[in-house]
Amino acid sequence: MPRDTTIKSVLVIGSGPIVIGQACEFDYSGTQAVKVLRREGLRVSLVNSNPATIMTDPEYADRTYIEPLEPSVLEKILERERPDAVLPTVGGQTALNLAVELSKRGVLDRLGVRLIGASRKAVEVGEDRLLFKEAMTRIGLDLPRSGVAHSLEEARAVLERTGLPAVVRPSFTLGGTGGGIVYNVEDFEEVVARGLDLSPARQVLVEESVLGWKEYELEVMRDRADNFVVICSIENFDAMGVHTGDSITVAPAQTLSDREYQEMRDDARRIIREVGVETGGSNIQFAVNPKDGRRVVIEMNPRVSRSSALASKATGFPIAKIAALLAIGYHLDEIQNDITRVTPASFEPVLDYVVVKIPRWAFEKFPQADPTLGTQMKSVGEVMAIGRTFKEALQKGLRGLEIGVPGFAGQDLDDSQLREKLLTPEAGRIFYVKRALELGMSHDELHHLTRVDPWFLDQLQQLVDEEQELRRRGAALDDEGLREAKRLGFSDRHLGQLLGTGEKDLRARRLAAGIRPVYKRVDTCAAEFESHTPYLYSTYESECEAAPTDRRKVLILGSGPNRIGQGIEFDYCCCHASFALKEEGFETIMVNCNPETVSTDYDTSDRLYFEPLTFEDVMNVVELERPEGVVIQFGGQTPLKLAVPLHQAGVRILGTSHDAIDLAEDRKRFSKLLVDLGIPQPDSGTAMSLDEAKQVARRIGYPVLVRPSYVLGGRAMAIVYDERTLERYVHEAVQASPDHPILVDRFLEDAAEIDVDAVGDGERVVIGGILQHIQQAGIHSGDSAMVLPTYKISLNQLGRIRDYTRRLGLALGVRGLMNVQYAIQEDVVYVLEVNPRASRTTPFVSKATGVPLAKVAARVMAGRSLADQGLTEDLQVRRTFMKESVFPFLKFPGTDTLLGPEMKSTGEVMGVSDDFGMAFAKAQAAAGHRVPTHGAVFISVNDNDKPGVLPEARALYEMGFRILASRGTAQYLSAHGVPAETIFKVNEGRPNVVDLIKSRKLDIIFNTPLGRESRYDDGAIRKSATQHGVLCVTTLTAAAATVQAIRALRERAVEVVSLQEIHA
Amino acid sequence: MRKSRARALLALEDGSVYAGRAFGHAAEATGEVVFNTSLCGYQEVLTDPSYAGQIVTMTYPHVGNYGVNRQDMESGRPQVAGFVVREMAGLASSWRAEQELERWLDEQRVAGICELDTRALTRHLRTAGAQRGVISTRVEDPAALVEKARAARSMVGLDLAREVTCERPWRFEQDPAAHPFRVVAYDFGLKRNILRMLAASGCDVMVVPAETSAEEALSLQPDGVFFSNGPGDPEPVTYAVEAARRLMEKKPLFGICLGHQILGLACGGRTYKLKFGHRGGNHPVKHLPSGRVEITAQNHGFAVDPSLFDRPELVLTHVNLNDGTVEGFRHRDLPVMSVQYHPESSPGPHDSQYLFGEFVELMRAHRSRS
Ligand SMILES: Nc1ncnc2c1ncn2[C@@H]1O[C@H](COP(=O)(O)OP(=O)(O)O)[C@@H](O)[C@H]1O
Ligand SMILES: Nc1ncnc2c1ncn2[C@@H]1O[C@H](COP(=O)(O)OP(=O)(O)O)[C@@H](O)[C@H]1O
Ligand SMILES: [Mg+2]
Ligand SMILES: [Mg+2]
Repeated sequence: MPRDTTIKSVLVIGSGPIVIGQACEFDYSGTQAVKVLRREGLRVSLVNSNPATIMTDPEYADRTYIEPLEPSVLEKILERERPDAVLPTVGGQTALNLAVELSKRGVLDRLGVRLIGASRKAVEVGEDRLLFKEAMTRIGLDLPRSGVAHSLEEARAVLERTGLPAVVRPSFTLGGTGGGIVYNVEDFEEVVARGLDLSPARQVLVEESVLGWKEYELEVMRDRADNFVVICSIENFDAMGVHTGDSITVAPAQTLSDREYQEMRDDARRIIREVGVETGGSNIQFAVNPKDGRRVVIEMNPRVSRSSALASKATGFPIAKIAALLAIGYHLDEIQNDITRVTPASFEPVLDYVVVKIPRWAFEKFPQADPTLGTQMKSVGEVMAIGRTFKEALQKGLRGLEIGVPGFAGQDLDDSQLREKLLTPEAGRIFYVKRALELGMSHDELHHLTRVDPWFLDQLQQLVDEEQELRRRGAALDDEGLREAKRLGFSDRHLGQLLGTGEKDLRARRLAAGIRPVYKRVDTCAAEFESHTPYLYSTYESECEAAPTDRRKVLILGSGPNRIGQGIEFDYCCCHASFALKEEGFETIMVNCNPETVSTDYDTSDRLYFEPLTFEDVMNVVELERPEGVVIQFGGQTPLKLAVPLHQAGVRILGTSHDAIDLAEDRKRFSKLLVDLGIPQPDSGTAMSLDEAKQVARRIGYPVLVRPSYVLGGRAMAIVYDERTLERYVHEAVQASPDHPILVDRFLEDAAEIDVDAVGDGERVVIGGILQHIQQAGIHSGDSAMVLPTYKISLNQLGRIRDYTRRLGLALGVRGLMNVQYAIQEDVVYVLEVNPRASRTTPFVSKATGVPLAKVAARVMAGRSLADQGLTEDLQVRRTFMKESVFPFLKFPGTDTLLGPEMKSTGEVMGVSDDFGMAFAKAQAAAGHRVPTHGAVFISVNDNDKPGVLPEARALYEMGFRILASRGTAQYLSAHGVPAETIFKVNEGRPNVVDLIKSRKLDIIFNTPLGRESRYDDGAIRKSATQHGVLCVTTLTAAAATVQAIRALRERAVEVVSLQEIHA
Repeated sequence: MRKSRARALLALEDGSVYAGRAFGHAAEATGEVVFNTSLCGYQEVLTDPSYAGQIVTMTYPHVGNYGVNRQDMESGRPQVAGFVVREMAGLASSWRAEQELERWLDEQRVAGICELDTRALTRHLRTAGAQRGVISTRVEDPAALVEKARAARSMVGLDLAREVTCERPWRFEQDPAAHPFRVVAYDFGLKRNILRMLAASGCDVMVVPAETSAEEALSLQPDGVFFSNGPGDPEPVTYAVEAARRLMEKKPLFGICLGHQILGLACGGRTYKLKFGHRGGNHPVKHLPSGRVEITAQNHGFAVDPSLFDRPELVLTHVNLNDGTVEGFRHRDLPVMSVQYHPESSPGPHDSQYLFGEFVELMRAHRSRS
């Protein structure tokens, strides 16, 4: 059956901001879906609150709404667009839940809109564990035994059946928080009690634990004719008990015989039928008992997922794209396989390589968080690697992670903790496994402790043996031995360490011996058919299939695995660079190793090398492809770090020179530049010891901002108000030494912070946007809310900002993008830093101005001046655009939600309106915060902030809010004419503020503990507010913005507008 | 420690030579070099008699991961002439594993080569076509090996069925009460799972040698006759074509793979050799009457020529969606059904098991008619 012609227009729902568990993969799937639906001639409208996505680029849809993903907002969009159908299956669980809600509210029926891709019933069965269990029981499939409990009593009864250990999952908690695996009765009772408390329905599910069983996933597709295919099987290296998102996973399955695999496939087919997924992709998870093969179903997700993105990249089969086509009526056999061009999509991809995915975590940012890996996902990114063997792929993956390891290499570990670390999974457990193998622990024991399958242990053992052999042979290793090591995936750096030659010499020697990688194609069919798509990975074998062209070409370096501080924004910029340079007539070649992204879609660039972003791996591609130059300024720090080594290796860096990059990054050089230009900067100094640090601090005056010089991304930064705290910081946090100096800056208190994004061509600098942070300086620019245009800055100050930006851009010779951060204190505009590269705000500014800055920058690199591109004036915006950050605190219960100079957010949203208040309100809603229009506010601020909070309190009071406050704040407010009731803080008595939060009696909290005056521990308030979804505002400036938002929401209804209308 | 393996070479008749390491039985093996794209199921492949005379390359690089066991045998022993893999597992990990693959191959005297660029080899076979080849751990001179490859017997015109068939008739041990349909199964290299599937569908199966005449088959009073899969070229298997032709008018017939080709020939069709064949578990086949797509297990180097359907009495029922080759047909008037691929899978997906049911229906209908 060809396309269903009754569907002429469709609304695609995106997944919103990047959060743990829902990341760039939904930009990848959404973009694919939108592209293909457009190609089919449908009118496509799209909604997603995340401006840093490719899918929300205005050219991808007829109408693009960057609006909060809320039922009421979607209803408005549906009313405006009146599409024939809604496609909710490419936007994660967020989109599915919204679609179900719209259906429940009768909106879809009222407007005559169909749900395509998944029915409401299928979504509900997939999501509701009880309905799912019933469905599975109906078709006779086995699940872990389980039961629902509404009280401790009931839970005990269920436990009788499940036995210990057991998995406890509270129902309907935000982000599924509060669950876990329990091993004894005591823990059980505690977790159940907590779970009941957390669950709005006072309900928990108690489930038989299948901890340690083998964990598998199948990515499957089905069409309306009931054709069914498995796209990919995935085996978890980390057994059941570690969330698949936190597990190292391997495709295809390694340790299943055909009989077992096909039975699993049969189950999957029955499941997708029973759940009622008529068309599209689903992810089905199974556990298999390694002792007897008993197989249980864990869950199914009736939509594309993180794993389906991985499966698409792993196989070359674009699941989301095909799912979109199936949703509008096509059958699998009517769709062509892009890669072979001669065979249909109704087949099962086969691999002739191994794919390994390794998660990347961010625990260092959340020291209070429980680092144990369990049934809830905690990682923030992942790397994928392709090799001809598991060993090769694993080593490539580990070095692609950018965590400082060159492969499956030794780490500095504490042997005394070995058994504990093996038993309790945490990030980096694989390195403890390595250590255990080195120490000769038997595979039986290791398996017993870790539940890692013996096949994987054997593979790791081979690498450990080889490493020892290499170390033994040292520099005497012959060429054959070297080739063998390369075949096993050892990197030059790792080999340089093992053989004692260093990376550089090793590389020289390797090249002299003619040992170079070849590139093989990912072709969906294990070479059975010819591949027309240059989607390549390296390996050390005989035949190379890269077939480079002799066109003019450029290499674009991606940004590697997502991490806090380097996420989708940079991938967005890389994609834009690729699109623009393609338009300029270049062949574009992408190098990246993040499977979630649009940049690693084989459709994005002319050629894709799925490779780690290390010097070695990039140079190998450079030497093969011989591009005119390499683009490094779009992928964040990852490619930037390669600027100097690449330059030294004779590679041409396109755009801003490596030297300008170094000038901006090197504090001494940069400081001198600012002095020369007469541009103010905060006083600063460098200290090699505590004494020096004290001296510097005394010279420049407290408070100071201190940080180690050797970590980037604001890690381990602190604001220090006095010498005592400085001492503690130096002792505990950084250990200053000549090798590791610490940097001391004057901390600009109560300063407004500004981000400027600009583009330069060497002759001219054009400012794309001047964004004012809502929070004052001291809160990382990646965490602060920001607004475009600025709202509290004088024209004169803006003039200076423009002037400084231009002069800096020209002085650095910026050819491409540049981001400058300023702080304004007492009418002095200070430069905090300059990044001569794409910034986190590039996509946001591009969306707001309608000018794709990254594309402009890429064209500059290709030699087109700004004037040539018609860009000579600074850009303006026509509305107010608010950026708000989204944090992972819910996933890390127990962490304080206070913001500081160290970045903690994972994603961002945008709110658009005519005025500031509404834009802020929409941004808050998009970030998942409910801004109330009436109710009760609790205020507790430090003494400094009391005068500042007064007008906000008064405004709320006048709007009819009930004002509650901690003792001091209440006294102050009451004394100044705002009657406030005193409420106990946590340790002052009961009922206290946390009790009020729990009983849902509070609607907003203003709590500003920052500053020298106060160091109360108000963490408990903030934590509990986060867990219960109460808006908690921790700075005065944000409090003021919130009050404006409340006012706007009380005055008028939220309006929606598309980018196309804004920029028309 | 990693096993140190002896050097080995694989030489093809067109002069290509691949260097690798030896595993299994140290020896020299000749055969037609082909590739199979299944991700798992190596044991079923190794023991499938249709691979007799062939050196099989697995395109998936890791082989042997879950060892070998008794249940996954498709015949009594490995049937391949030689085995080519990228990496042979050092350890068998499965609750069903009884032995490591490598040790078993050694015991079973199968020669293999690993640690070579199997993807390069596959691509070569794809473009140059299946070829004769030799694996050797003994000969170090590539040119000499190429000569050996050229001297090896060719698949075209080769009747291998005669070599792998059973010596005398035997009954697949069954309880006749539970298996009401008596089926005579011609063994041209019959896979065990076909027997299991027939039995599970209610057939009491008598397996007979390839050269059993139609009269002998009929004397067993079957409800239907099954023509099995098997190795080599169908054309020289004239005796079986003849038997099929004689049985066609009398009994419901069902052919799989070589059996299908034999039925095709018996219906007056022709067969031809494919460039490099179909071997794997992911081929889409369209069942034309329903429009449904089945993901199928395939293992064949020859195919039935579509000119067969110039005859109005023959109906194309299944077609390969990758290359349009004939995958199945029926006779309009006679109870004859036939598929090129492997509905018994093993290894492969279970999408096509319904065919065994259809065969039983044919027999049931035929029985009630007569
Ligand atoms: N019964 C169980 N016993 C042990 N581990 C489990 C059990 N159920 C789930 N898990 C683990 O928890 C993880 C998350 O569970 P899952 O049901 O897949 O939820 P999610 O929707 O978060 O993916 C799984 O990947 C698995 O490792
Ligand atoms: N001298 C300063 N005074 C006040 N705040 C500062 C100062 N320097 C940095 N900050 C704050 O710290 C944050 C992070 O510092 P920055 O140098 O931008 O680090 P990163 O490299 O992580 O971007 C800034 O966004 C700003 O809020
Ligand atoms: Mg899951
Ligand atoms: Mg899920």
